Amino acid sequence: MSPRNSTAAHARLLDEVGAVDQVGVEERVAKYTTRSIKKEAKSWGLKTAVSMTDLTTLEGKDTPGKIESLCRKALRPYDGPSVPTVAAVCVYPSMVRYARAGVGSSGVKVASVATAFPSGQTHLRTRLAEVRGAVADGADEVDMVINRGAFLSGEFSRVEDEISEVVEACGPAALKVILEVSELETFDNIRKASFLAMGVLRPGDFIKTSTGKTTLNATLANNQVMIEAIRDFYLDTGVPIGMKPAGGIKTAKQSLQFLIAVKETLGDAWLTKKRYRFGASSLLNDLLRQLEKERTGAYQAPYYFSDASESY
Amino acid sequence: MSALAKNRIPVTKTPKVYIGGAFVRSESARTFKVSDRSGAFFGNMPQCTRKDLRNAVEAAAKAGPGWARRTPYNRAQILYRLAEMLEARSGELVASLVSFGAREADAQRGMAVGVDRLIHYAGWADKYAALLGSVNPVATPHFNFTVPEPMGVVGVIAPDSPPLLGLLSMIAPVIASGNTVVALASEAVPYPAILLGEMLATSDLPAGVVNLLTGYRRELVPTFATHAHIRAIFASAGADDRKALRLGAAASVKRVRFAEQSGAGWFADSAQGLDLVRDFVELKTTWHPIGS
Amino acid sequence: MPTRKRNSPAASRLIFGDLWEYDPAPETADPKLKERYDLFIDGRFVRPRSGRYFPSINPANERKLSNIALAGPADVDQAYRAAARAFPKWGALAGRERGKYLFRIARLLQDRAREFAVAETLDGGKPIKESRDFDIPMAAAHFFYHAGWADKLEYVAPGRRVSPLGVVGQVIPWNFPLLMLAWKLAPALAMGNCVVLKPAETTSITALKLAEILQDAELPPGVVNFVTGAGETGALVMGHPGAAKVAFTGSTEVGKAIMRQLAGTNKKMTMELGGKAANIIFDDAPIDQAVEGIVNAIFFNQGHVCCAGSRLLVQESVADRVVAKLKNRIRVLRVGDPLDKNTDLGAINSRAQLSTIRRLVASGVREGAVMYQAPCALPERGFYFPPTLFTGVTQSHRIAREEIFGPVLSILTFRTVDEAIEKANNTAYGLSAGVWTDKGSRILRMSTELKAGVVWANTFNRFDPSSPFGGYKESGFGREGGRQGLLDYVSLS
Repeated sequence: MSPRNSTAAHARLLDEVGAVDQVGVEERVAKYTTRSIKKEAKSWGLKTAVSMTDLTTLEGKDTPGKIESLCRKALRPYDGPSVPTVAAVCVYPSMVRYARAGVGSSGVKVASVATAFPSGQTHLRTRLAEVRGAVADGADEVDMVINRGAFLSGEFSRVEDEISEVVEACGPAALKVILEVSELETFDNIRKASFLAMGVLRPGDFIKTSTGKTTLNATLANNQVMIEAIRDFYLDTGVPIGMKPAGGIKTAKQSLQFLIAVKETLGDAWLTKKRYRFGASSLLNDLLRQLEKERTGAYQAPYYFSDASESY
Repeated sequence: MSALAKNRIPVTKTPKVYIGGAFVRSESARTFKVSDRSGAFFGNMPQCTRKDLRNAVEAAAKAGPGWARRTPYNRAQILYRLAEMLEARSGELVASLVSFGAREADAQRGMAVGVDRLIHYAGWADKYAALLGSVNPVATPHFNFTVPEPMGVVGVIAPDSPPLLGLLSMIAPVIASGNTVVALASEAVPYPAILLGEMLATSDLPAGVVNLLTGYRRELVPTFATHAHIRAIFASAGADDRKALRLGAAASVKRVRFAEQSGAGWFADSAQGLDLVRDFVELKTTWHPIGS
Repeated sequence: MPTRKRNSPAASRLIFGDLWEYDPAPETADPKLKERYDLFIDGRFVRPRSGRYFPSINPANERKLSNIALAGPADVDQAYRAAARAFPKWGALAGRERGKYLFRIARLLQDRAREFAVAETLDGGKPIKESRDFDIPMAAAHFFYHAGWADKLEYVAPGRRVSPLGVVGQVIPWNFPLLMLAWKLAPALAMGNCVVLKPAETTSITALKLAEILQDAELPPGVVNFVTGAGETGALVMGHPGAAKVAFTGSTEVGKAIMRQLAGTNKKMTMELGGKAANIIFDDAPIDQAVEGIVNAIFFNQGHVCCAGSRLLVQESVADRVVAKLKNRIRVLRVGDPLDKNTDLGAINSRAQLSTIRRLVASGVREGAVMYQAPCALPERGFYFPPTLFTGVTQSHRIAREEIFGPVLSILTFRTVDEAIEKANNTAYGLSAGVWTDKGSRILRMSTELKAGVVWANTFNRFDPSSPFGGYKESGFGREGGRQGLLDYVSLS
């Protein structure tokens, strides 16, 4: 599309969905960080966050052994009482069958990234084949990336059509659409991309902030832009789409702030793993650490928890 | 030096310069001896090289954007805290100045003037923009406003006398507006700058905003003059050095200002003020239509 | 929006329920209150001549916090004499030394910030979140900023020599007790004046705690004097012949009374009075952020704000959308114990104010405006009012003209820019205004045309010691903050 047409397309879409003021968003989310969550409320929040975690490993050096270990952690994060399982494990397509074997019939989902994650820079047919392959291997969920190049050029139909084709390739598997907020850059663009995606998704699908492979991932601010879009879309159409912030959420304290944002923007119906997930890896142990502190009253050392990396 | 107890050997201190928020020796590992007023050995001062200066400029450049983005109130509070630190340790500073030849009364007075001067500039940090900037009543329907902005990395060359007051008086107006500094301390009496470094480190001043070098003028002035990333020079210098600085500055169009005071002149109120802040800011004017 | 099958509105509703209740999170720092607070005159705490005290209660639960001295004519006179005695030396003090006292006060207040925040919340009813994050830090900032002017007098009025006025009398309101005290005290002292100040009768505690800080800072006796009491004491402070200037912040009604009282005298005066600010939302405004701005404008401090955005002027084409989002937003505002860190709206400051709010809200209903209140459980004891919206309001409704000073928003619509300007300016007040639009030139045009002393564009209720604040028309005259604010505390030659 020519630059002139691209600008016009963007302007039209922005007009439809509405602009976002960055400073205003930052002010709104700053209020979440002053909320004080204690005792029962804190324990509930921490357990809910555990149950919402997509425990992730996406490394070039992943092996079946690593996947097996990840799945064990997913099924039994900690020896303590009443700690829930996580929502899903999230792996590369070539690892899906090991993950499937690892989680068995526990109810923990197998999520696979696909569509040439993280860049998405291959032919559409290759990306779709990857999706079908992952689903065939046993993936319950697929995390795809949108075509950022097309989006930034204003080729919105192409962006939507590609997502629709991935939806079809997913079959019964749920789809999470990664917008890659760092490459969209502006909050206006994040809102536009959210609506484009939601327009072709089904209830039970998600939109997701990031691949975790760039330097800017989920923040309270971009989470807010996306959940406001989800809210507006739901109130207009009745279709509830889920949200997944991914990357950059390392501490239990941060995750509680994200849940506060959900509670105050989307309400109770989104405080469930059916509609909200955390894409994280080290977050899980910090959640467990805080849960144990709530239970015993004593602050915990990191090395009490399996798969922790800190030795000091 | 006091041994603190009978038959006890006192522990001497290793002078290190304050660059990038850390206390370091010269990268060349060279030092020069400094004696106290009685001629006794005091310590080995880092003999900084142009590479040390280059490293300091990099540290100052790295710290620059963050320091400029701090709120004026925050910069004011940090300058005030520096004053708190100096006041609290004024006894040690006065004793140090006296040990290097100052008269006690002069050292006390210099301390008082120095601390009050820091507070004076703390009080400018959140005000100079209102006085140096303006809304300009142009003859077209535009909102037109001028704001002062920091220049960037500023090189400071401090006087030999008074060694501490002179250094403080030159650094404070420069950092109040968001610039960062690489300063060369007095060649004859460098030790107070070492102590100043310690106080900067405990004032909540971010690493790299002020960097203090000790060494020989003849070795460092040429690099101050020609380093293109130093955007302005504030120097206490004689005729030869002035010429060298002006000549070197031409290659990168540095702004050059010389301190005109000497000796007792530094104690006067005329050695501080808004004009010294103004000398190290750029003025930016913006236009925007007023309409529907 | 991509076309989609629409569910019925009833089906698409957000649930803000009790799935995840925030547990109580009370602030536990000790406010270190005294059982009794005396007058602060000539550097010491002294009993009132009459021996009389009045109670100060916590509006959150109506329980007594302390007894406050009642200053009578003899006490006010003693305070003015102490100030007059202290003035020659204080006014002649080198600016650099005078400034250092104010820096000390700022730093000591910062040291005890949490203690003061709890005291402020207990005495006045505002949420601890606000007294902790706004009132107290901003009060310290005012002292800090003005401290730095004391030795820069030659810049206050270029071309003129400035000198202090002498003794100034000041009366402050109950909505931001310590902050209003800082706004008054800091510029007056920085310019070399001495002060006699009366805090509001429902909120005297933080002023008298500050007196302890003045002692710790070794402020020379008599430079600052606090005389506590109600309207009568206020009239004595405003009317005393020893005052070269008076400064008043409070209701327009009382401001007019003071102006009448002082007619025929030589006293200089500044007034910071009421407001009925228009908060204007254009159709190109980022809507969610504008909604947040609306909430900040009217529910901050329970709406006890002279510059509150109490009239929402929303462009017709986006009115329904804005109101729908506003209703969802206020459903998650938490009204309750001010000391709970999660409380968004605290207690109404007094029974009297609560009754005023109820009276005006009833008039809104009677006059046909449509009321919406967030469903929230209010505590049984104490003075509380839920966040309230009125739609279908016109300029002729009482709730569009009179200052309610509570968490009540009157919503009007407009079609064009010119209409917005007309409606915004159609009031006797002129303290502040808000403009929400994505277009820069429109912001500047609105700022030019709005008759208000403070215009907030794409933000609201932003304050800074360096930013002059004050009103047009019946919202008062004079400015506080910035270089311009100093001019009211000096005489020029």
